[in-house]
Formats: sequence, structure tokens, C-alpha cells
Amino acid sequence: MLKVKKPSTCNLQPVTYNQKRKTMTSNQYDAIIIGGGHNGLVAAAYLARAGKKVVVLERRPIIGGAAVTEEIFPGYKFTEFSYVVSLLRPEIIRDLELPKHGLKILPLPSTFTPMENGDYLAAWDDHDVTRREIYRHSPKDAEAYDEYARVMARAAKAIKPLINLIPPDPSSLSLRDMLGLLKVGQYAASLSEKELYRIAKLATQSSADLLEEWFETDALKGTKAASGIIGTFLGPRSPGTAYVLLHHYMGEIDGAFRAWGFAKNGSGGVSGAILNSAQALGVEIRVEASVKQVKIKGGRAVGVVLENGDEIDSKVVMSAADPKRTFLQFVEQKYLPDDFVTSIQNFRTRGSSGKVNIALSKLPNFSALPYQGNGADSVLHRGAVSISPSIDYIERAYDDAKYGQISKRPYIDMIFPSMIDPDMAPPGQHVMSCFVQYAPYDLESGWNDERRNDLGEAVISTIEEYAPNIRECIVGMQVISPKDIERIAGITGGNIFHGELLLHQIFFLRPVPQWADFRTPLKGYYFGASGAHPGGGVMGAPGMLAAKEMLKDGF
Amino acid sequence: MLNLKTTPFHERTSALCQPQNWRKWAGYFAAGSYEHTLDREYWAIRNAAALIDVSPLMKYVITGKDAAALLHRVTTRDVYKMKTGQVAYTGWCDEDGKMIDDGTITRLDDSTFRLTAAEPNLRWLTMNAVGMDAAIQEVTDDVAALSFQGPNTRKILNLVAEESLDGLKYFRMMKNKIRGADVTISRTGYTGDLGYEIWMDAKDALKIWDALMSVGADYGIAPVGILAMDMARVEAGLFMLDVDYTSATHAWVESQKSSPFELGLDWTVALDKPGYFVGRRALEKEKREGSAWKMVGLAVDWVGMEKIFKRVGLPPQIPSMAVRGSLPILSGNPLSGGNVQVGYASTSTWSPLLKTYIALAHLQKPYYEIGTDVRMEITVEHHRQHAPAKVVKLPFYDPEWKRK
Repeated sequence: MLKVKKPSTCNLQPVTYNQKRKTMTSNQYDAIIIGGGHNGLVAAAYLARAGKKVVVLERRPIIGGAAVTEEIFPGYKFTEFSYVVSLLRPEIIRDLELPKHGLKILPLPSTFTPMENGDYLAAWDDHDVTRREIYRHSPKDAEAYDEYARVMARAAKAIKPLINLIPPDPSSLSLRDMLGLLKVGQYAASLSEKELYRIAKLATQSSADLLEEWFETDALKGTKAASGIIGTFLGPRSPGTAYVLLHHYMGEIDGAFRAWGFAKNGSGGVSGAILNSAQALGVEIRVEASVKQVKIKGGRAVGVVLENGDEIDSKVVMSAADPKRTFLQFVEQKYLPDDFVTSIQNFRTRGSSGKVNIALSKLPNFSALPYQGNGADSVLHRGAVSISPSIDYIERAYDDAKYGQISKRPYIDMIFPSMIDPDMAPPGQHVMSCFVQYAPYDLESGWNDERRNDLGEAVISTIEEYAPNIRECIVGMQVISPKDIERIAGITGGNIFHGELLLHQIFFLRPVPQWADFRTPLKGYYFGASGAHPGGGVMGAPGMLAAKEMLKDGF
Repeated sequence: MLNLKTTPFHERTSALCQPQNWRKWAGYFAAGSYEHTLDREYWAIRNAAALIDVSPLMKYVITGKDAAALLHRVTTRDVYKMKTGQVAYTGWCDEDGKMIDDGTITRLDDSTFRLTAAEPNLRWLTMNAVGMDAAIQEVTDDVAALSFQGPNTRKILNLVAEESLDGLKYFRMMKNKIRGADVTISRTGYTGDLGYEIWMDAKDALKIWDALMSVGADYGIAPVGILAMDMARVEAGLFMLDVDYTSATHAWVESQKSSPFELGLDWTVALDKPGYFVGRRALEKEKREGSAWKMVGLAVDWVGMEKIFKRVGLPPQIPSMAVRGSLPILSGNPLSGGNVQVGYASTSTWSPLLKTYIALAHLQKPYYEIGTDVRMEITVEHHRQHAPAKVVKLPFYDPEWKRK
């Protein structure tokens, strides 16, 4: 067995009690989990917790999927793909005892939006300070801001019960689905008329329309609208984006438990903690174990065949890969119903975003709020910096993408992980993580090194307008296009949610109607990844819910 | 007008203290926090380096041939066994074996000790020194102190101090120099993390603060106030005088007093040490007969809290900082009438690291056994409710690097 390489530089040894059970390598398991991303690990841990013998098969030499931290340049740790924790389910943190296994969620206290006129708009971590800041731009918005936050949090709270519900199939007459529908019905009935209308409106509106009802400051609207487009191939004026915006509010309603921030050691720290927990529960991990196909006998999944020809047998198999790999690559299509295959083929997985990870010799200095000295005490660098000066700015960025171009002036969400966790870079040096949208998967000219450079250049020249010294700070740069997300993390289309969070792709429609309960048309084959309900965002919920359904079925 | 005193670091701390939320600490101004929210300060303790001005700690230097004998007599530790450079945490009691105060003893050399305390103890020490060759001097104002806590503190100190800290073990002290100034550095603290306390002449205070802050900047250093430290010390299972126990000298009634055993300090009571010490007989008796009370850790069950709050349509609401206030602890089934109070929590806090609502609680026998299920009073929308909780071992948080 290969030695497991933890998400690189995982210096987070569990505090105590990680007594690793001795596991014998064999080729007979209760369950095989395809994919060692956070959902695969969560599912494996839940199954092992129930006493099952589980193996996780990961294609890459490191565990974590799209939640990895890698030292691309020596000494500089990049949280390569996903970069913040916001939606990780509290019950997973508790059930898998993740704090004991090294999870530390550090505060990411602010959002700073530099404006085109040289000013800035910031949301700091203190409520009153933020209100005074918005007041500077618009007294009206300062007031609306409070009310807006409350309304959104209430709406998120209202739909939250659906997250942990197994989506029932509304067309089915089975007892399980009927009971499930009853639950949804009861839940809908529990909402006030106002809440119901609010949710209906949020579900269908564009984020631009929603925000224009509330605010007048462009930078405020732009920054808020940005969270409505993340991971979709839509613009802020596209209907349905208000829902995505709401999806991101979901993390803010768990009261004190709210786990929002930057994980110690980046996203690799999240998967590292889940990995430690899973291993402590006896889960076996195999890396560089790329699955070629699911083995099928008598209409049942009975194991997998690896690319290297090895066969591993199990009673059940769960895929934590994206829906297209899960159903179009791992399983021969003759085993699946035609309409199911067609639906999976039609599942929208258009990647629209990229990542630019930068190693810095010093911090870029934003002219709107310059730092003195070396910037070690610069408050804005401890939080996010958002290049989202207005809704029009983002919509224009989308215009480019619609016709297969990289946005000339993209939306960028930057954080400086080394300012939050000083261990991310050599002392006095820094790393910077830039989420960039739009970078369409289907680029008109196709992706190649030159286009990748274009994406990097679009990001740097955009930042340069607000932080003129950015170029002289750069020590090294990693540009990740949607094609690279597909190539490295194995996500078809490079969509960060394994499939867009569109209204026709959520709840009982995710990934396809009738198969939203983590089961598949193939007996013994389960699906528990971001492409399943309730979706992506390092939430872990699909993995957890799938494992629970598997245990319900028994094996 | 007369006012509280300021510490030797005040020139720096007052410029940094954004919320200006000064607390009173033994007659001094102490910064509550430096920022409006405690997150960053708390995480500086747990993930980087926290610089805390602890100058208000009462400090005594005891010198003379009988210095060891005096401390041996007053405290519960075997002070004769202490070597130069050793630090010992201890409580001290009255004749009835009830705690008066607690602090650390440092053996600076053969006949010199430093004792820290929360409250003035000069009179008590002097009373016990009758006929001894031991001079007791209070040096609270002359010696400035910084508590430097967090996993990155050693790296920073190694860059600032003349001599390496690598060899300095847990609860040991070394003499060192920072920017040419003499300091003693002890590997001690009040957070349960890797950490040091730096003791210096008050006139060198600013120089040393500046050195640590400038070098520490690359390692995530942050000035930290006593509010964030309060959260960390609960996670570390460390109690505080006047919050978690009442000094025997202040108590109005007998039941307010606590013995070291009742506070979980068994390991500091050296009943096997030679000779008399204050409270010996009472403590021996309590050791034989068992303690009626014990301070333990409580972990409140989140799912249980959620259920209670859900009844009023809310997610659990918890104060964002440590609460110094008594909360009744109950046991028994409320439905079958066996609902009795078995103790109280004295400090409770949300632990951002453990993601658990925790408390230091004082429970009666036999409820203080690890694993016992009890319920802690919480207020939910102005109504008294009782959240399920479990007795757990202290400390709640004990990283391996604390001692390594």
C-alpha cells in the first residue's frame, strides 16, 4: 500500500487521540468510495463510524480533491482551488470531531472593495464600524444594509431545513417519497405568507433586481451581487442568481456555531482534519488509485477496476466524483436507462471561474487605503478584497464570457492566507489567492498556455488598477483555468460546484429528477458529491447524507 | 483626582486599544481587548503569538537563608525540592485548608524566589515569616511582565532574545537579554498553549514590547487583552480568584471557601513533604475523607441546546466571550421530580477552537465523576431552561506543543 501523503505540509497533527487502527490491506471491503475529496472522506468516515470496512480510492497522490493545499513554490502554500470555509455542516464538525483532528477555522473578518474613483467600500467585522463606513457612501444604504442582512438571514433560515432533507421525488408514490413530500409540505406550511413570497421571489429573481430594490451604492451592489454568480455561468442580471446569493447566506445562520473563515493550512486543512478523523475510525486510504470502471455483476455494483488493472471488491460503491464521471465514465452506459444517461449528459457543468494563486515578496498596496511599513498590520489584507465596483462591471465581465472570451476585467475575490495564518508563507512573505470569474471552460480559441497567461494577465492588470505595485510583489504565480480544474481535480467542465446551482439543478432535480436521493439506477452504486443535493461549497452534506442513505439500505 | 495606576506598557497599549474598554485589575488599567471583536486576539493565542500585558500581577521577591522555608511553610508545594530555574504553580491555604490565593513560585537562585499572586499577600507572608531570615519585598510596580502565548512565540523569542529558548522546558525559567536589557523568561502562562512569561525591569518595558512587536509582525503577533485570555484560560481548565473561587480571607460564609482538592489542585498538594505547612492537618483530613466538591469541565451538548432554542424558533445563542457568572447545574429527570441542583458553573464560554460551549463547574459528590450527565441553566428568550451537559476531564484543550 502506498503511504498516504496528507494534503501537503499538513503539519496539523491531531492534538491527541488519533490512535490509528491497524488496517490490513485486502481487496474485500464493505464499501468503496471513489474520490478522496472532502465529500468522499466525509462519507467514508460516517460509514466507518457505523462499523463498515471502507476504502477511499484517490486518483491523485494527495488527498483532498478540490480542497487541497499544495506548496507549488517552496515555502509558499497555496490553497489551490477552494479557499474559504463557510458552509461546512456543523453536524459533520461535531460527529467527526474535526476540531480534535486539527480543524481550526480562523477569522476572515472583512471585505474591502476598492472603487474606480479611488475610494473604497469596506465591511469590517464590527457592525457599527461597518454601518459608519457605508454611511460615508449613502446614509440610506447604511440603514438598508442592516435590514437586508436580517431579511436574507431569515430567508436562509427558512429554507435551511431543506438542506438535510433527502429530496423526495414529487412524481413517486412510494412511501418514502410521500413522507418526504409531506415533510416539505409541512415545512412550507410552517412558513409565513411573507416568507413564502420572499423565497419564491428570491428563487426566481436576478441578484441585480434584488439588490436594486435595496441599495444605491454601486460598489455595495456589485460586491453583494458577486456572491450570486460564483460557480454559475450566469451574470448578475440573469434570473435565478438571487438564489445562489441566498445559498451563500446559509453559512451564517448556525448561531454561535457558524463556521465561517479560513481554515488553518487552507482548504487542505479541512480535508486533512476529515482524513485524520476517517483514519482514526479505521478508513483505509489509497492514493494514486485511479478508478477505471465500476464492476457490475447481476445488475449490481460489486467493486471497481483500477486503471492499473487491479480489482477491488465490495458490497457497495459510492462515487464522490462529478455526475458525468460517475455515470458516463465509471459505468458502461448499457447498465443505465437511456433517459437517465441523457439527463446526465444535459447536466450543466459549465466551468466559469479560475484561480490565480500568487507567491508574494510583499503585500500589494491598495491606493485607496495604503499601508505603512511592510503592511503587517494592514487591516484590509486580513480579509477579502473584492474587485466588484458595480453590477455593470460584473455584467460586462459576463458579456465577454458569453461569447467564449476571458473577461477583460474580471470579478476577483482575493484573500491573503498568510495574513490570516502566518504559517502559509515564509516569515515576512505572503501568499495571495485570487478567485476569478469569468474564465469560460469553452473558450473560443481553446485553452492553452497562452490563454492561461492571458487569464493571469487579466487578473494582474485588473488588480494593478487598484494596487499599482502588484507586479513588483510577485515571486511566483499559478494560473488555474477551468480546464486545469478538470485536469487536476478531476471535475468535468471545471465547475466548482460539480454542476451549476441553477434552479433546474437543485433539490429534487439534482443531479436528475427521480435520482436525487443519492441512489442510482444501478443497485449498490451511490452518488454523494457536490453534484448531488444540496450542492457544493465545501459543505460535506452530500457525502454525509449519501452515507446515511447507504446505511439505511443496509449492506 | 486619584485614578487607577497605569502599567509600564501603557504608552503602547493605550495607543493600540481601539475600543478603549479598560478593565480594572488589581488597581491597574488593563486592556479588555485591542479590537472590537475578540476573534483575532483569541486566534493569536491559538494559532500565532499573543502579547499580553500582565504587569498588574502581584509580585513578591523573597530573599534570605529561610526564603525556601517560608514558601515551603505557606504554600502546598514541596519548595525544598525546587531547583534554581524551576517554576511551580501553587495555591496557598489558611489553617482550615481553604484557598487564600494562587500563583507561581520561581526559584531565581538559591536564596531568592519570586512569588506571583492575584491579591495582596504581603501581610500574610510577613505573618508567616516570624523568626525567619526571609525578607519579603513587593515588586509589583518595579517588575513589568508580559505573557507571550501561542505556537509561534518560541520562534519570535529566538529572534529577539540573546540566548536560544530551545532548551527551556515547561515550567522552567532562564535569565536572558532582550535588546541589551536583562529579563527572566519562564515557560509559563495562563492559556494552556505554548507560551512564556517575560519579567523585566519596568524601565525596559517599552523597549522590549517594541522588539517583540516588530520582530513578531512576520509571525502573526497581536496585542491581546484579558477578554480573549479569559476564553483561552477556560479551555485550558484554569480558574481565577474571585471568579471561580473566593479567597478564604474574603469569604463571608464558610460555604464560599474552597480547598485545593475541591479546585482540582490535588497534584499541587504535597502531603508527603517534610514538616509543617499551613493547612496541613485539614488537607490531610480532606484527603482521607474525600472532597465534597470538585471543579470539573462541562461540555454542553449542542444538539440539546438546538432543541431548546428551536422551540422558540432560534438557533442557539451564546455570548461571544467568556461569562464570569454563576449558572446552576441540575441533575435528575425533571419529569420524575428528581430535579436537584448539584452545583454551579462559575465561568462559561464558547470555544471557537473546539466548537463547543464549555464551562468550569463546581459539582457535589458524586456528580463530579467524568462522564456524568447533568444540565446547565441557560436563559432562552427570558425563560430559564436547562441544557444537557456532560462532565469532562480538564483541560478541554491540551495541545502537544504546550510541553514539547
